[in-house]
Amino acid sequence: MAEQIVKAPMRGRVIRVHVEKGSQVKERDRMCDIEALKMEMPIMAPASGTIKEVYISAGQEIGGGDPLFVIES
Amino acid sequence: MLGFPQTGLADLTLGHVLLICVGLTFIYLAIVKDFEPYELLPIGMGLILANLPGTGLLVQPQEVGGEFGTAGLLGILIEFGLLRYTVLPLLIFVGLGALTDFAPLIARPRLFLLGAAAQVGIIIAFLGALALGHFGIAEFGLEEAAAIAIIGGADGPTTIYVTARLAPEMMGITAVAAYSYMAMVAIIQPPIIRALTSKREREIYMEPELREVSKTEEILFPIVCLILIILLVPRSAPIVGMFMFGNLLRVSGAVERLSDTAQNAFINSITILLMLSIGASMPAELVMRPETLMVLALGLIAFACGTAGGVLMGKLMMLVSKEPFNPMIGACGVSAVPMSARVVQRMGQEANPNNFLLMNAMGPNVAGVVGSAVIAGILLSVLG
Repeated sequence: MAEQIVKAPMRGRVIRVHVEKGSQVKERDRMCDIEALKMEMPIMAPASGTIKEVYISAGQEIGGGDPLFVIES
Repeated sequence: MLGFPQTGLADLTLGHVLLICVGLTFIYLAIVKDFEPYELLPIGMGLILANLPGTGLLVQPQEVGGEFGTAGLLGILIEFGLLRYTVLPLLIFVGLGALTDFAPLIARPRLFLLGAAAQVGIIIAFLGALALGHFGIAEFGLEEAAAIAIIGGADGPTTIYVTARLAPEMMGITAVAAYSYMAMVAIIQPPIIRALTSKREREIYMEPELREVSKTEEILFPIVCLILIILLVPRSAPIVGMFMFGNLLRVSGAVERLSDTAQNAFINSITILLMLSIGASMPAELVMRPETLMVLALGLIAFACGTAGGVLMGKLMMLVSKEPFNPMIGACGVSAVPMSARVVQRMGQEANPNNFLLMNAMGPNVAGVVGSAVIAGILLSVLG
């Protein structure tokens, strides 16, 4: 079992979160949508597995490198 | 003397009807499809107003011996905003500069090269237009060729400015071509980008965030650029000067009210006047000629070649760069800001879901605006 921290790629804002603690995700599933530089972009699961932690909620401001999720696969 | 009131119906030609339909289409695209609405809606309205006969709206003061009373509103806007003084597109640049964030470019100045490379589309379209003129297929002289070529810069106001100066009868058509192709960036660019890059190249990961850019750098950038560029290409001063001035308003931090006005009320007001005038500069008498279709075709070729040129330069930079470099961002050297950058961001994530190229893509994107302004200056100094 490997744990992976998914981090924010850049400074922005969380628009909506699609998963919660315990959700099963497949690789490339949309986990949340962020807005940066006036563009909406999805954060996709880097691997299949289970969401172990969700650190963010809709409307939250995030900085580059901030942890968003922990995936266990 | 009392005349019998005339309806416009008798003077309505097929050309008028066609262009009214085009205007209606633009309004439809703007409202329903969200296709560049800030440009296409007023342009569409201007088209309709210009092609309803007998309105008197298009009478320019210079046509009636400077008698403003008998001139039409649109004629006045066209003559004083575009033809005689060409102020409207230049004032737009103040607003655009105030809206532009140069930080991604300041952080990686080499991205200027991509903004330059993408202007190759302008050169190709220029030669193409000259060729058509040379072989007698179209009446394209040097001035017309330059006006057509600048469409490849994918910059609406630059296109309007150059055309107003060099080939005013084509003003509306080149502007519409430029804005239409900017709206269709998401359709035009991806096939070209895919054709010129391999899947592996598209997957190349670049650090999403660039180095912090200091306030001092942000303030010095427009000032230094302005002075250097204008010394080298003086005729680019109207565009580059207004663009950098607007940017200085934004980054100085000392004139928040001016910056806010430039980004909002000012640019919106000028947009209303400019786009309405552009639409109105296309009555059927000027537009219904075979040259119009050639302009549209050449403009598209210019745009496509600009994309290709940028991507190829991107590949070159990928080969020589020590850090990872995704060649797709070269396509953003066409100054369709921020549409091009968004296209590349999307394509980047399709290839590699963790790749966020947006900030890197914005660098060449804003550099492209400067690049096309410089080319415009060069064309005007040679031909103007």
